[in-house]
Amino acid sequence: MSTEHGHLAHHFDTLEQQHDAATLGMWAFLVTEIMIFGAVLTAYAVYRANYSDAFAAASGHLKVGLGGGNTLILLGSSLTMALAVRAAQLGQGRTAAGFLLLTIGLGLIFLGIKGLEYYIDYEEDLIPGWRFNLTRWTEHGIDAGRAQLFFAFYFILTGLHAVHMIIGVGILLLLAVLAWRGRYSTAYNTPVEMAGLYWHFVDIVWIFLFPLLYLVGTRESLF
Amino acid sequence: MTGHVANPRTYYQVFAALVGLTILTVAVSFVELGRLHATVALTIAVLKAMLVVLFFMHLWHSKPLVRLVAAAGFFWLAIMLALTFSDYASRDWVGAPVRGLPNASRLDKP
Repeated sequence: MSTEHGHLAHHFDTLEQQHDAATLGMWAFLVTEIMIFGAVLTAYAVYRANYSDAFAAASGHLKVGLGGGNTLILLGSSLTMALAVRAAQLGQGRTAAGFLLLTIGLGLIFLGIKGLEYYIDYEEDLIPGWRFNLTRWTEHGIDAGRAQLFFAFYFILTGLHAVHMIIGVGILLLLAVLAWRGRYSTAYNTPVEMAGLYWHFVDIVWIFLFPLLYLVGTRESLF
Repeated sequence: MTGHVANPRTYYQVFAALVGLTILTVAVSFVELGRLHATVALTIAVLKAMLVVLFFMHLWHSKPLVRLVAAAGFFWLAIMLALTFSDYASRDWVGAPVRGLPNASRLDKP
């Protein structure tokens, strides 16, 4: 395990200053992430307000049971991530690695269920521009173009989110290896904490995506 | 140098609250609320997000500058939402195309 000074970059005076700079930098990055997801959600909000009937009907085809389950899984992964950061702060490298692996596991389960949902959407002809059954909507008095637009938003939003999760899993895997090898201590655990901020943010995005996409209008069933 | 080390009990309590709010938000979606669905769902989502930001992301115990940066992010998001929505909402007033959106059809409700 390196000494305190081994972790201090030359352009910082103290480890605390280095930690504060990292925290500030990560939050600045998260602000840009708020804006990118916020921009897509703003567009979604405008169309949902104007095409409310079609969007409500389209949203009804999403599986709330799977989406809700995924929400709980992701919340659990945030819990394990917070516990991983805490373990790293206490210098408990192996415990931290364990919690990081738990977080990764939950993240992979989330992605698996997401993939299952995408597969179901493929089977039900709900992939816009590629495999979308237009007539089924017009038969029920719903504008098919608007329903298709909803699913465009759905795939873009959840797809962008999934990409963030995949990147997060990769980062956490690297950190788990480093934590297991004793790289983090009470003096230096910043990378784990920063990864935690990223992971929690990705969780927050889903906290908004789930109700905004899955719970449009009154639901009739979970599946 | 490390930030504030939390009591794990805090994390478990926050997690329990998050799970409870998730169940609530799903349950409420089965109630006939009409136009209130979005408001209720977003209110619960904002509550959940705040729990994550304050406790999991340690903002409750962070230095003021960090909290300022985080707040700024949400402030800029609010600007984007406010100006975009007021643009569309005020189209009617200046004779601009109200439904200047693709796929608008004569079957629109007003």
